[in-house]
Amino acid sequence: MAAAVAEEAAVPDVQRLLVQFQDEGGQLLGSPFDVPVDITPDRLQLVCNALLAQEDPLPLAFFVQDAEIVSSLGKTLESQAVETEKVLDIIYQPQAVFRVRAVTRCTSSLEGHSEAVISVAFSPTGKYLASGSGDTTVRFWDLSTETPHFTCKGHRHWVLSISWSPDGKKLASGCKNGQILLWDPSTGKQVGRTLTGHSKWITGLSWEPLHVNPECRYVASSSKDGTVRIWDTTAGRCERILTGHTQSVTCLRWGGDGLLYSASQDRTVKVWRAHDGVLCRTLQGHGHWVNTMALSTDYALRTGAFEPAEASVNPQDLQGSLQELKERALSRYNLVRGQGPERLVSGSDDFTLFLWSPAEDKKPLTRMTGHQALINQVLFSPDSRIVASASFDKSIKLWDGRTGKYLASLRGHVAAVYQIAWSADSRLLVSGSSDSTLKVWDVKAQKLATDLPGHADEVYAIDWSPDGQRVASGGKDKCLRIWRR
Amino acid sequence: MLQNEYIELPRKRYGYQAHERSKKAKKMIGLKAKLYHKQCRAEKIQMKKTIKMHEKRNTKQKNDEKTPQGAVPAYLLDREGQSRAKVLSNMIKQKRKEKAGKWEVLLPKVRAQGETEVLKTERKKKARKRMVTKVCFVGDGFTRKPPKYERFIRPMGLRFKKAHVTHPELKATFCLPILGVKKNRSSPLYTTLGVITKGTVIEVNVSELGLVMQGGKVIWGKYAQVTNNPENDGCINAVLLV
Repeated sequence: MAAAVAEEAAVPDVQRLLVQFQDEGGQLLGSPFDVPVDITPDRLQLVCNALLAQEDPLPLAFFVQDAEIVSSLGKTLESQAVETEKVLDIIYQPQAVFRVRAVTRCTSSLEGHSEAVISVAFSPTGKYLASGSGDTTVRFWDLSTETPHFTCKGHRHWVLSISWSPDGKKLASGCKNGQILLWDPSTGKQVGRTLTGHSKWITGLSWEPLHVNPECRYVASSSKDGTVRIWDTTAGRCERILTGHTQSVTCLRWGGDGLLYSASQDRTVKVWRAHDGVLCRTLQGHGHWVNTMALSTDYALRTGAFEPAEASVNPQDLQGSLQELKERALSRYNLVRGQGPERLVSGSDDFTLFLWSPAEDKKPLTRMTGHQALINQVLFSPDSRIVASASFDKSIKLWDGRTGKYLASLRGHVAAVYQIAWSADSRLLVSGSSDSTLKVWDVKAQKLATDLPGHADEVYAIDWSPDGQRVASGGKDKCLRIWRR
Repeated sequence: MLQNEYIELPRKRYGYQAHERSKKAKKMIGLKAKLYHKQCRAEKIQMKKTIKMHEKRNTKQKNDEKTPQGAVPAYLLDREGQSRAKVLSNMIKQKRKEKAGKWEVLLPKVRAQGETEVLKTERKKKARKRMVTKVCFVGDGFTRKPPKYERFIRPMGLRFKKAHVTHPELKATFCLPILGVKKNRSSPLYTTLGVITKGTVIEVNVSELGLVMQGGKVIWGKYAQVTNNPENDGCINAVLLV
C-alpha cells in the first residue's frame, strides 16, 4: 500500500486531488488522502480494500456524484463541474463476489402440461422447480435430468400462483376457486389439509420470513374478494383475516420487519402488522389499479438462509439446525437491508411507479414516471440498488433503488413485457414477453446480452434459479423451457 | 252411444276397483307372471327416471366438471384481452399453413383484364403512349422517365401507398403501407407496371402487428390479396394471406 502511494507521489506533474471514501449509507472510510487525477478503478480498488482490511479482495464499483468511474477519475470529472479545492467524496459499492453467466441456449423443452403454464418457481436453493398450469395440476421437475418428477393433482381450477417456503420444504399453490394446497417436493404429495376460505381467486401468496420463524409455519394469501388471510399451515386453518380493501387485492408481500404489505385495485397500498393484523398505514397516491409491488429485501427473504455465492453445481438442501438457519437468514437480511428501513416500490395501471418508505412515512419518496402503458411487474435487484419495471409499452425501465431516479430504458421486445427476473449477482436481467421471446439484458452496459427465442406462443412466467445456473420459462404453448449457459 | 254412462255404470255397480294391478300381479303364476313382472320392472325404472328429471329441473346444478379453457395468469385475469386485434397467433400456425399451400390464394379465378381496358392509348404525334386507367403502386424512389421515352403513363391520382388489410381470423382491419406488387393475375406486364386490380397479390408491411418467428426474428412483410375493384372505390381492400 505504501509502495503504491510512493509510486503515485513520484509523478509530479499530474494534478492531484483529495478524496474521501464513503459507503452507500454515508459512513466515511478512513481519512481523506491524495490521489492523482488519472487513477484507475483497479488502483482505487486496491486502496479501498486495504482500508477495509478484508482478507479476500472484494470487487468494488466507484461512483462520483452518481457517475460511475469507468476508465479513470479524471475522465469522469471532466463531465462534471468539480472544485478541486474541496475533498471529493467517492462512494464505493461492493459488487457480488460471484458472477452469474448469461444463459444462451435452451437445454430442454418440457412438455406435460395440457394447458398453458401460468406460474413457475425455483425453490430457494435452486434444487427443485415447480410449475402451475391451467390444467389444474402442479408439476415438479427434476433439474439434473430435466424430466418430469411429480404431478400433483388436487386443485379443481387453474393454478394461479405458487410460492416456496423460505426453507424449500413446502410449496403453497393457490387456484382460481380460492383454495390453497400445500405440497412436499420430495414426495409430490399434499401436506395437510386444503385451505379454503377465500370466496374468489387467489392473486398472491407470501410466506413468513425465515429469520422470524425458521419453521416456516405461516403463509399469507391475497384474493380478488379484497381480503388477506394468514393461514397456519401446521394446524391447517385460517389464523387471521385482514379486511379493509374495497376491491381485489392484487399483490402481497410479507416484509422482514414484521409488516405485511398489500396492494389493491382500489388504488391504495395498505401496511398491516403481521402478528396481530392491525392496519398501520394506507399509502395513497396512485390514480388507477396498483398491479404490483416490490420490497428492497425481496430476494433475501425469498432465499432465506441460502447464500448464492456458496452455490455448487448440484444444488443441495439447506443444512444446519433451525437456529443456525435463522441466524444465517437474519445476517443476510440485515446485509441487504442496510441502514434504513425497507423500501417499497409499487407499479400501477396509471403508468407510474411510487417509491415508498412504508415503515416511516405515508407520503411517497418519489414518483417515477416515463412508461407509456400499464406496468405489469416491478422488481428490486438482489442487492437492492436498482429497480426494474416491465410494462405493456414493450420496454423495461431501470431506476435507482435508493432515490428512484431514472437510469435507462431497455428496448427490444415487440410486444408487452409480462415478467422479469434478476440473476443472483444483480448484473443480468431476463424478461419474458407476449411476443414469445425471452431477452437477457446486461444491466451495467444497459444493453441486450442475449435473445432467447423458442417459445411458440406468449411467455407467461419466468424465473432465474438462485444459484444462477438456470432460467425456466413457461407460457401459452403449454411447454416449460429450461435455459442454461 | 252413451259413452260416459257406459264408463260410469260399472263404477256405480261395483265401486272403485282399487289395487287392480296388485291383485292381478299376486294371482298370476308361471311364464305369464315372469313376463308381466319384467314389464312392470321396466315401467318402474322409467318412472323413477322421469321423477328425477323433474326434480333436477327445479334445482340449480353447479357445473363444476370441466375447467374452462384459455388459462391466463393472475395479472391478465381482469383484463379483457389487451388490444386482442394486435395479438396474433405465431410461428407454428404459420408454418403449418405455409407447408399446406404456399401459393393458395383466396380468389382463384380472376377476370383477365384486357389491354384496351387497362391502358388507354394516347396518340400524340409519333409517340405512342398509353395511360393506365387502373390503380397502381409505384414505390418510393419512382421518377418518371424523360417524356420522349416513356411509354406508360401512371397518373398521380391513381397511385396508392396504403391498403386496408383484413386479418381473416381476427376479423380486424389495419391500414398498412404497400411494399410492392407481387403478381397481377392478368399479365406479367401489369405486374412490372405495378397495376393493382381485383385479385392481385401485393406485399404489405406488417411490422406494426408485432409478429415474431420462432427463430426470434420479427416479420415485417406479408402477402395480401386485393378483394375489391380499387379504381371504382378509391381505396384498396385486401385480405392477409396467413
